[in-house]
Amino acid sequence: MANTETQTENHSTEGSAQQYIGHHLNFFQVDVRDGSVVHAQKHDGSKCYLTDILTFNKCEAVHTVKKEESHLVNPYTVNVDSLLVSFVLGLVFFLIFARVSKKFTTNGKPGRLQTFIEMVVLFVDGNVKSIYTRRSRLVAPVAITSFVWILLMNTMDLIPVDWVPALAGFIGVPYFRVLPTADVNITMSMALSVFVLIFWFTFTRKGLKGFIKEMTLHPFNHPVFIPFNFVLESISLLSKPLSLGLRLFGNMFAGEMIFIMIALFNTAYTFALQPFLSVPWALFHILIICLQAFIFMMLTVVYLAAASADEEEKS
Amino acid sequence: MELNWTFVGQTLEFILFVWLCLKFIWPPIISSIENRQKDIDEGLQAAERGRKSLEVARNNAAEQIKATKKEVAELIEQANKRQAKIIDDAKSAANEERLKIIEHAKEEAEAEANRIREKLRKEVAELAVRGAEKIIKKNIDASTTAGIIDDLVGSKR
Repeated sequence: MANTETQTENHSTEGSAQQYIGHHLNFFQVDVRDGSVVHAQKHDGSKCYLTDILTFNKCEAVHTVKKEESHLVNPYTVNVDSLLVSFVLGLVFFLIFARVSKKFTTNGKPGRLQTFIEMVVLFVDGNVKSIYTRRSRLVAPVAITSFVWILLMNTMDLIPVDWVPALAGFIGVPYFRVLPTADVNITMSMALSVFVLIFWFTFTRKGLKGFIKEMTLHPFNHPVFIPFNFVLESISLLSKPLSLGLRLFGNMFAGEMIFIMIALFNTAYTFALQPFLSVPWALFHILIICLQAFIFMMLTVVYLAAASADEEEKS
Repeated sequence: MELNWTFVGQTLEFILFVWLCLKFIWPPIISSIENRQKDIDEGLQAAERGRKSLEVARNNAAEQIKATKKEVAELIEQANKRQAKIIDDAKSAANEERLKIIEHAKEEAEAEANRIREKLRKEVAELAVRGAEKIIKKNIDASTTAGIIDDLVGSKR
């Protein structure tokens, strides 16, 4: 662990627990203005830059950070760990599926990997076909990409919480959060991509006129109710990406948080408790991992289906 | 919780991977699966057809066997009848033949008897004539011997 020394020195104090949690919840952030790593320093106390880490100059976490003002949007930083892990996992998804699709055999006995991939594909295809009844080249690929990718990202939560930060500290990376879906940037950006797709589907299937009609003449089809309808429909429209992204984020963040809490049982007397807490939670969390990936996929398909449904189909 | 450039980066990644999936993963896999489903469907239908034709063939064979059995039974029946008839015919023919032979034998026997009788009469007549000649030679008293000859001939008849 990067902060093993501080922990073992005064592990029973409240401060070290806070430090531990804070360290685990800190992203490996790089300031895009000058390439410096946020909340990190080199051994001599000078500023740590991304180039230092790439050239194997060790950096360590700075725990005595002044509480900064928190903004909802910070246009200066980027979470390298989330982006890196999600990219690698996306690549894993792509390479495995592309390999299977290239070597796909239809006559003769299929291999184990192909059978597994087929199960996933047919599962997604069945769900998509049962909800999105029209023909679209886009819906099923979006569904399977988000399902498998999010599933892989969520699975990162099952790696014991200290392994990756410890390994990262060993090679000189001060922070590393391995669970991309516990980063609100990741989940909200995917949710917003789906939101954009919802608009795209609405405009291509119904046109601007259909969209305005839907926003103003629904649910009460009377001119008097137009402002009321508009407020109601706007809320329901905007809540879609928000709930989609925050649901995934909240579930995974909470799951990770509980693993971190369990890892806080680190005194000589309570250490033995850890497996009795973390194993059941991990087992239960497997359910959440799959469920959240599935929910994200299904809601995406449902929203897109609703966006391209005709008026007659809706009623 | 703050939104930063990660948001933009992840959006680009999302677009990239959806595009890759759209281009290289989904269409080949799903078309292969659908093709195979069609193949399997056709195979099952062919098997069903095969089973039906087998059933038809089996029924045909059973019918044929039944018909053949019936025919054979009829043939056997006919053969039996003919056999009985032949035996009957043979019996009656043999009987007729037997009667004919018996008849023939009777006739022959009668004819033989007649012939022998005739011969015997001639011999007796001759004998009588010789006897008469001898008697006449001894005692020419024809008047007394005439009666004796007549008695002789008459008793021989």
